Amino acid sequence: MNLAISEQKKMVVIAIKEERLDAHNAGDLKAELLALFEQGKKNILIDLQDVRFIDSSGLGALVSGFKNAITNQGSLKLASLQPQVKSMFELTRLHRVFDIYPSPADVPEQP
Amino acid sequence: MDNKRIEIDIRVPNQTRYLGLIGKIGEELAKGLNEYAGNRNTLAYYINLVLTESVINTIAHANARDPDKMVHLSISIEHDELVIRVFDEGEGFDLDEVPPPDFEGLSEGGRGVFLIRSIMDSVKYRRVDSGNVLEMRKSLVKG
Repeated sequence: MNLAISEQKKMVVIAIKEERLDAHNAGDLKAELLALFEQGKKNILIDLQDVRFIDSSGLGALVSGFKNAITNQGSLKLASLQPQVKSMFELTRLHRVFDIYPSPADVPEQP
Repeated sequence: MDNKRIEIDIRVPNQTRYLGLIGKIGEELAKGLNEYAGNRNTLAYYINLVLTESVINTIAHANARDPDKMVHLSISIEHDELVIRVFDEGEGFDLDEVPPPDFEGLSEGGRGVFLIRSIMDSVKYRRVDSGNVLEMRKSLVKG
């Protein structure tokens, strides 16, 4: 899967450069997140600007990353959700779990 | 065009790389349903999602991720309803036994059937001659 990884405000920013985050590529994202935590990265921001479709497997990969972040005393935040993607978080109540920001620039600096 | 005559029959290899294609076909069909009472863009996303969720269930469970098997489904318009049927030759399962998601917990899976049920008006899984069919219907009149 196409990911653009950068660092910003002491966070690793993963921009998902795919139209779909689904059962076909969710495993790749899950593995990438695991690798980052194993490298000692703690705070992750996932930029979903380019993602216009997410399914339950895509949501599951983000939940997996979120749980790993908590286990490692870190965080996993989300930014730039397209309206229909956001509605999937609302339908599954996951919008209560994640910190969701309008854009990466809106995420406060890590302490 | 007489929408009541639309039936799209799809057979693709049992591989996740075809999920996007199948979703796109459903999405484009939904966008063209001028008679739909609700928001067609929302319907298009929903149909894409229902197709993705139902087909991945077949790929992973009934067909046990065997890439040499095939997935067979149909999307049709029947009497003001959009009907999706996904066929499989697996052992089958009891749809009523699939539990709702644990909204308080943080489970990685278990949201697929919930999403299908949230979107469609009726969801049935039954035995047919050659195996099973998951049949999902959505009214185009109610919106």
